[in-house]
Amino acid sequence: MNPYVPILVIGAIGFGFAAISVVAAAITGPKRYNRAKSDAYECGIEPSPQAAGGGRFPVKYFLTAMLFIVFDIEIVFLYPWAVTFDKLGLFGLVEMMIFILTVFIAYAYVWRRGGLEWD
Amino acid sequence: MTTSSNLVYLIALPLVSSALLILLGRKADKWGHLLATLVSATAFGIGVMEFLAMHTRTGAARAATQHLFSWISVGSFNVDASLLLDQLSICFVLLITGVGTLIHIYSIAYMSHDRDRRRFFAYLNLFIAAMLLLVLGDSYLNLYVGWEGVGLASYLLIGFWNQKPTYATAAKKAFVANRVGDVGLSLAIMIAFAQFGTVTFEGVKAGVPHASGAAITAIGAMLLLAAAGKSAQFPLQSWLGDAMAGPTPVSALIHAATMVTAGVYLITRSNYIFDASSTARLLVVIVGGITLIFGALIGTAKDDIKKALAASTMSQIGYMILASGLGPVGYAIAIMHLLTHGFFKAGMFLGAGSVMHGMDDEVNMRRFGGIGKLMPITFATFGLGYLAIIGVPPFAGFYSKDKIIEIAFNAGGTKGWILGGATLLGAAITAFYMTRLVVMTFTGSKRWDEKAHPHESPILMWLPMAVLAIGSVASGFFFNSGNSLVNWLAPVLNSRGVEGGAELMKPIVVSGLALAAVVIGVGIALTKYRSNVPIEAPEDVTIFTKLARKDLLQDSFNEAVLMRPGQKLTAGLVKTDTNVIDGLVRLVGAIFIGSATALRRIQNGYVRSYALIMVLGALALIAMIWVVTL
Amino acid sequence: MLTAPVLNYSLLAPILVVLGGALLGVLVEAFLSKAVRPAAQLAIALGTLVLSFAQIIRVRNLTSLTAAVNSVTIDGAGVFIQGTILVLAFIALLLIADQDNFAAQASAVPGSEEERSAIATGKIQTEIFPLTLFAVAGMMLFPLASDLITLFVALEVLSLPLYLMAGLSRRRRLLSQEAALKYFLLGAYSSAFFLFGAAFLYGFSGSLSLNGIAAAITGGQGNDVFLLIGIAFLSVGLLFKVGAVPFHSWTPDVYQGAPTPITAFMAACTKVAAFGATLRIFYVGLSAAQWEWKPIITVVAILTMAVGAIAAIAQRDVKRALAFSSIAHAGFLLTGVLALNKSGLSASLFYIVAYGFTTIGAFGIVTLVRDSAGEVTDLNRWIGLGKKSPFISGMFVLFLLSFAGIPLTSGFIGKFSLFNAAYETGNITVVVVGVLASAVAAFFYLRIVVMLFFTEPTNDSVTVVIPSIMTRFAITFCALVTVVLGVYPSLLLNTTQTFANFLK
Repeated sequence: MNPYVPILVIGAIGFGFAAISVVAAAITGPKRYNRAKSDAYECGIEPSPQAAGGGRFPVKYFLTAMLFIVFDIEIVFLYPWAVTFDKLGLFGLVEMMIFILTVFIAYAYVWRRGGLEWD
Repeated sequence: MTTSSNLVYLIALPLVSSALLILLGRKADKWGHLLATLVSATAFGIGVMEFLAMHTRTGAARAATQHLFSWISVGSFNVDASLLLDQLSICFVLLITGVGTLIHIYSIAYMSHDRDRRRFFAYLNLFIAAMLLLVLGDSYLNLYVGWEGVGLASYLLIGFWNQKPTYATAAKKAFVANRVGDVGLSLAIMIAFAQFGTVTFEGVKAGVPHASGAAITAIGAMLLLAAAGKSAQFPLQSWLGDAMAGPTPVSALIHAATMVTAGVYLITRSNYIFDASSTARLLVVIVGGITLIFGALIGTAKDDIKKALAASTMSQIGYMILASGLGPVGYAIAIMHLLTHGFFKAGMFLGAGSVMHGMDDEVNMRRFGGIGKLMPITFATFGLGYLAIIGVPPFAGFYSKDKIIEIAFNAGGTKGWILGGATLLGAAITAFYMTRLVVMTFTGSKRWDEKAHPHESPILMWLPMAVLAIGSVASGFFFNSGNSLVNWLAPVLNSRGVEGGAELMKPIVVSGLALAAVVIGVGIALTKYRSNVPIEAPEDVTIFTKLARKDLLQDSFNEAVLMRPGQKLTAGLVKTDTNVIDGLVRLVGAIFIGSATALRRIQNGYVRSYALIMVLGALALIAMIWVVTL
Repeated sequence: MLTAPVLNYSLLAPILVVLGGALLGVLVEAFLSKAVRPAAQLAIALGTLVLSFAQIIRVRNLTSLTAAVNSVTIDGAGVFIQGTILVLAFIALLLIADQDNFAAQASAVPGSEEERSAIATGKIQTEIFPLTLFAVAGMMLFPLASDLITLFVALEVLSLPLYLMAGLSRRRRLLSQEAALKYFLLGAYSSAFFLFGAAFLYGFSGSLSLNGIAAAITGGQGNDVFLLIGIAFLSVGLLFKVGAVPFHSWTPDVYQGAPTPITAFMAACTKVAAFGATLRIFYVGLSAAQWEWKPIITVVAILTMAVGAIAAIAQRDVKRALAFSSIAHAGFLLTGVLALNKSGLSASLFYIVAYGFTTIGAFGIVTLVRDSAGEVTDLNRWIGLGKKSPFISGMFVLFLLSFAGIPLTSGFIGKFSLFNAAYETGNITVVVVGVLASAVAAFFYLRIVVMLFFTEPTNDSVTVVIPSIMTRFAITFCALVTVVLGVYPSLLLNTTQTFANFLK
């Protein structure tokens, strides 16, 4: 059997689950509309009628998201390293320390230049 | 041939110094002039050492070469950058660096009030480097590089005070006239390359016997055109007078002693070409003869002391060109006159500069008069130069000019009489205008403004004048004793050992005639200008004076003979060929400009269009690659 | 079984030093006070480049296929290109150091009160220095990378800082920001093409390394359609970076909008790096498939030369004109890719050096011509500049003559040897078009010369500012290289001959 078939099957199951959930929710759930429900969801913050800067999202959201992704990616690299730690040995340790160091340099820059302050 | 490794320093030192002075800018203001002078003096020292070394060698070993690098070496196309120092080049090296150093020293004082003195010295060094490259190159191509270099330096120096528009115009005029000459030189080089497959002096010399006569004549004529442009010879002479706009030391160095004589160098260097073509020689003689009379006549009417001297330079170079057109007997004589002229003319220009320095930059001789008493050293040095140029024995000019008159007569037949007569007439006119110049400037009653306070120049200025004056006195005798210069130059300029023709006239007779001409010229000038020189130039003069004042209508001539018919011809050609050539040209132009505009329209600034172009391009690539591999 | 890879730090030192310097620059941004930052950043950046160049000197004769497993190849041509990038970046950095060209605070909205106060308080954006170093590191990795993933990473490392730097102009900021955005969008777009092509090549050969792809082509197994699409899309990515037609559209807009020192840096260093990578990919990875790609690169080269030369004629802005000139030069350089032999490679190496210095010099002079509102790039206002500042104008003419390929300048020798190499391989069409395009381009360059020197000035508000000592040094050095390589080319020709080899 082609080794890709299981992947295809899993993909189909995932898609099916999502589709079924959405359809099932639409069919079975009660529908009581109010004003708050039709508002844009903004991280739990009260959505202002008209955001400053002509209705745009503050760029700070973007910055925070970017920072999140940077550390996310760090984790993506840390996990495989942790799994193969004993096989990669000293080389792996050194390289990973360098990697973490570079990420922290970027972090230090963001911190010192006020990237973590909301205002 | 000897190889030497020192030649490159002759060029490199002034070049580097020039670059330094330009690049360092105002920081070098304090010591820039000293560095430039030192470098020039060092170059002179190297020249002297090379000369002494050359003197100890004999025969063919005297010439020294230095291979610098292969410039382009692709297949059969090989161009080397090599230097050649032989008996002819060393004369020029010593003249350029020697007179050059003296003029550097002079300029320290002369330019001391100019805030751009450093830049001036940078250009002077640049000129020295380019001129040395010109005379040291071992091929026409290397010579050409130097040739363009001196043109550039000359352009920069004439226009040095370019805040005055007329001066800038003068610089441009010199630039254009030189370009015409340069076209001649580049054509000569191209013909030579097509004919001989090489452009080194040696290669061309070896190839001349096998080449067609027409090609040789063509090369000769083109070289003459080049020489005429650079040396202000008829019909490209008009720029020299205007070039006097530059600072006076420039006039002394470039427009009297060295650069303007490059044409003479070119012709004597190419002696093998002119030996092989009597037509080319005849052209040279005609150009030289016309210019020597032409320049002398202009000199008689000029009231501007520098323009009078410029006219005289033109005329004296005419002598040299004429001599070099007389074949193997004349080349060395031309060089001798070139060297002696370098001394006395440079000296007199410096003298004129000294006078201007004392007279608040006044150049009108009608406003001088009686300066000799107040500026005795200037008067004395200028006077010695004066005696040399008019050819009074035993001063330098006597030996060199007499020789030219002699070989001109010895050319034989009608030609001999015409040339001899012209040179004699020129000598008489020279005596006239030079006497007029000296009398109007240094003797007689004072005619200057109340505000002027003529005073002797500082030692830095009169010392170079004094040294040049010694040269004006002694160099002729030195070159002539035992025929030393002619013998020295013979291996280069007269390698086949051609003897002079029959002596149609005894040297003593020629000298007598020449002296008589000089006496007549001096006499007329003395009676006319010893006293009563009006401050304003008189208007009621003969037509000839009027003509001479207008430079014998050289500009009008250029305009009438060259420019207007040229314009008319062009206009006519345009009219007749509108449908054919011009139409085609316009079509090509329109296609280019049209497509350029179309391209500009595609370049509309929208990212979406750019992205679309990229997609289409990528698809086109795939389509093409698909078609190719089908 | 997984084994730890081995990195040869000693051979990778030139790149690592630059990356280290860049990180140090980031730390300086974070922890040093505003007053000392500019000087510290400049010192770090210049020092890093010098140190890296010293490393280049050290490894210049070493070769290795396995410096970083199989993804980086150290060889003659690679090291030569790295050295070239370093020297060019050094010169460009001297121009960049003139902070007058950059936005006081890049985050301030153009024309806002915030911007005015930033200018008034003398703020400056010193991040430009570490950004430059990051870009330089990417550029140094790009021509050495010998597998497709590393190529892509290097491409992004060099591109991302450039997108930012293009938007940092102090004057005409909207134009600059527009240029940056444009560059970013199209650059990302071309990166997608590049990645797509890489995927197809992987699909074709089952290998990411250039040598593996070469072996697969020679072996003759694999799906040829994948190979052809892979070559085409990979070429799109590369041709975009070198600015070849029809992937050139961004060049004039970005060159015009970016701060001029950045334009100089981009035009010289990016092009050198991109050509280094292009040469390696085509010489090492795809040379066995040359019958497939040679025709399309020939067409692209011809189009590039023609469009670059012709479009330059219609330009009224000096930076746009120089951009089109750089497009035309990309076309000339592509003939070196087509030659596909040692003399072609050697000529290309010479050409990129000659082109790089001339370009930085020319843009350096553009930074000097100003009026009260900043740089003047309208060509009509350059009329008669030769009278006001003959020296600067003369230098500019020198660079133009070199672009036009006039003898005694480096451009002449570069074109001569490049066309000669193309001619040897029998690619006459390209040579003929190249010479014709040079003639058309020469017309355009000479027109500027005439404007500078032989036309009466009409406008007096344009002046040439007195350059700072660094700018002066940069321009002079470029002029010197242009002349020396024109007069004494064997100095470099011998070196390029020695270094012109790719390790396969």
